[in-house]
Amino acid sequence: MSTPLLSVRDLSVAFRTRSGAVQALRHVSFDLAPGEMLGIVGESGSGKSVTAFALLGLLDRAGRVTGGQALFGGQDLLRLGQGALNELRGAAMSIVFQNPRTALNPIRPVGVQIADVIARHDAGSPARLRARVLDSLRQMRIAEPERRAGAYPHELSGGMCQRIGIAMALACSPRLLIADEPTTGLDVTTQAAVMDVFRDAVRQGGVGSIFITHDLALASEYCDRILVMQSGEVVEDAPVAEIFSRARHPYTRRLLRSTPSSVDSIDALSPDEEPLPPAPPPSAIRVAPVLEVRGLCKGYAFARPRGVSNFWKPRDTAVLQAVDGVDMVIHPGEAVGLVGESGCGKSTLSRMINRLIAADAGEVLLQGEPIHRISPGRFAGMPARRQIQMVFQDPTESLNPRFSVFEAIADPVGQLLPHEGKAALRARVERAATQVGLPLALLPRYPHQLSGGQKARVGIARAMAVEPRLLVLDEPTSALDVSVQAVVLRLLTRLRREQGVAQLFVSHDLNVVRLLCDRIMVMYKGRVVETGTAEQVFNRPAHDYTRGLLAAIPRLRDHRPSEAE
Amino acid sequence: MRERLLLLRYVLAENPVNLVALLLLAVLLGCATIGPSLVPYDPIATETAVALQPPSAQHWFGTDQLGRDVFSRVVVAARLDLAIAFAAVLLSMAVGAVAGAAMGYFRGPLDTIGSRTTDVLMAFPLFVLAMGMVAALGNSVSSVVYATAVINLPFYVRLARAEVSIRRSLGYIEAARVGGSGHARILRVFLLPNILPALVVQASVNLGWAVLNTAGLSFIGLGVRAPAPEWGIMVAEGAQFIVSGRWWIAACPGLALMLAVFCFNLLGDGLRDVVDPRTRT
Repeated sequence: MSTPLLSVRDLSVAFRTRSGAVQALRHVSFDLAPGEMLGIVGESGSGKSVTAFALLGLLDRAGRVTGGQALFGGQDLLRLGQGALNELRGAAMSIVFQNPRTALNPIRPVGVQIADVIARHDAGSPARLRARVLDSLRQMRIAEPERRAGAYPHELSGGMCQRIGIAMALACSPRLLIADEPTTGLDVTTQAAVMDVFRDAVRQGGVGSIFITHDLALASEYCDRILVMQSGEVVEDAPVAEIFSRARHPYTRRLLRSTPSSVDSIDALSPDEEPLPPAPPPSAIRVAPVLEVRGLCKGYAFARPRGVSNFWKPRDTAVLQAVDGVDMVIHPGEAVGLVGESGCGKSTLSRMINRLIAADAGEVLLQGEPIHRISPGRFAGMPARRQIQMVFQDPTESLNPRFSVFEAIADPVGQLLPHEGKAALRARVERAATQVGLPLALLPRYPHQLSGGQKARVGIARAMAVEPRLLVLDEPTSALDVSVQAVVLRLLTRLRREQGVAQLFVSHDLNVVRLLCDRIMVMYKGRVVETGTAEQVFNRPAHDYTRGLLAAIPRLRDHRPSEAE
Repeated sequence: MRERLLLLRYVLAENPVNLVALLLLAVLLGCATIGPSLVPYDPIATETAVALQPPSAQHWFGTDQLGRDVFSRVVVAARLDLAIAFAAVLLSMAVGAVAGAAMGYFRGPLDTIGSRTTDVLMAFPLFVLAMGMVAALGNSVSSVVYATAVINLPFYVRLARAEVSIRRSLGYIEAARVGGSGHARILRVFLLPNILPALVVQASVNLGWAVLNTAGLSFIGLGVRAPAPEWGIMVAEGAQFIVSGRWWIAACPGLALMLAVFCFNLLGDGLRDVVDPRTRT
């Protein structure tokens, strides 16, 4: 075996915090061969980003390398001064950051930003510089590179910005490239496109790369070798094929089983948990639907500010149709998945159903009663409000930081069931907490004292406390780690099987929806393009868009060999 | 509680300047509360026999042209100056927070009218506006309070509006609406308590300006009337004696004024650290 490009030994990093020093990395060791693509996988707080930042000398003031070495081209990166690192960074080693929008300078054209990087390390004539910029844009498969080079970051889409970020990182042909969650926040189809470009560029240049991600499936599709990290330690280091067949560490096995794409049904997802109650048999009698939506529409006017030059013109009346005539029926006890990419109108639709915003046209019938004529402000005070509740996307920001867990769950009860006494309220809150598996000892705590999974449970308990008939879940697990996501998904299934509450599950993740829902609706540009059972949509997609979506989902490589044939 | 104490210790250890600010504040508040009963001389009793004496063991800060003890007057003046500043800042914070929060939450015409009004208010030279208001309302302590409150109002309105604009689309506000809370309850229970820390930081910095503003108004003869011990008046009275070398009459109250403003500014920085460690520079 040739000498490794990068050899990290016993890297330890500590952070100074309000509650004393915290050891972020403990004796992390790994090697990276030239041209190899190494995936570092771990959940939040596992130290995967800290590893990258420590190697590049980008740790912030509170962080300190406490031991170890990182040999790169005969030099120990951890002992170099910032001046020497500046010579290496950009030229010999480089990084692609997580959020492409914040990583680019908003007031400089992207072509100039790439040229800046090249000029810093390898100045040449302006014509040569421009040619190199265009070359690197072409390598990123950006159409019309001459025109795009003059664009500002805000004129480009998120995926396009990330390609520029990769182009910048590769501009000086580095030998080492670190990508820190480069596709988080991108749509699944965009993610696939960006990852393909990334892999091809890295392979072509023979660059050794470290790909940091929380998504095991994504890493398995693109990487040669995977490093699994847990609370600052490397727990597994093996080639991709081996990880899935012979995972040594229990944490790796748990991570694998928590990944939705690794299992066929919700019962198989992290089976160490308490078993789920059996699914109730489909009821023979057709009961009246909980929710009926007919031809719901919502448009947003393009906000074009009036300037000096156009103030006399008639106001621009162009409207973006966010939701364009959607029909939907949800029966009691049913779980319906609403899938689509960002901007397809799924959030707008879920907010209209919840009467948080008013619809332009169409009908919403909650248990046969029309509610679309009631203004959103007045609906808050009506008894029907209790029937339909919502769980929000980010568990952290959906909790009032000044409310304890008890107050958070009790608040809607106090508003929607004002006639219940103190004792009944307490009993109700405790019952809701028990239902979602939240220990009663946590009730007096405040959100910042809870973990992400506990916060998600509080959000669900808050919605369930008033015993709704329909629960709208707006990407409730997208901000959670996979192992926590698995627990929350099982919890939602349990609630549905035990309580019979209907669920509308809004998500961009087809894999999650497949496990949770009986029926799937695929939304594209404000319209529902496909409806069917989960099995139908997955195996026999009817619409082109659904097929594209399915093709782009990262799947665990070598996991089910029978399917690959 | 324990957690709070730990946080306090962390903040004080991280930045010892905060400790200085807290000590200064304690001294200022001590002067304002128990100062009048501790001082060695009556702050308004004149004794022409000992007029214009330089600082000595009897008169630590010397005496003024009427033989009044400057030290006693400086200490006693803290009560009036701080009382005016606190009252004015509290008043503008209360009004500004509610108005700004409502503007940020409801948007629409209310926001437009409110924002333009604060713009107009801020376009005036603030001190001249305060002078005009005191002149119009009558020369009294209460009109100084109102004038100071009005010129500080735009800062609170803008801050509260900005903070509420950030939070109005957060999950917990939507959750409150799904949970059956009306607009008024969302503002009162969910938004105002959450923007309070930012407002308190602003208030702490503003206290310094308010003290300066009060002193400035009385320096030019508006608001507080002459025999009452007040830092601005004392500086004004002492100014004419500086040329003849009797610096202590103006310098001592001036120094007190400077320390007070300095203390509130430091305190604002320290509070910002406690409220949001990320904005620390």
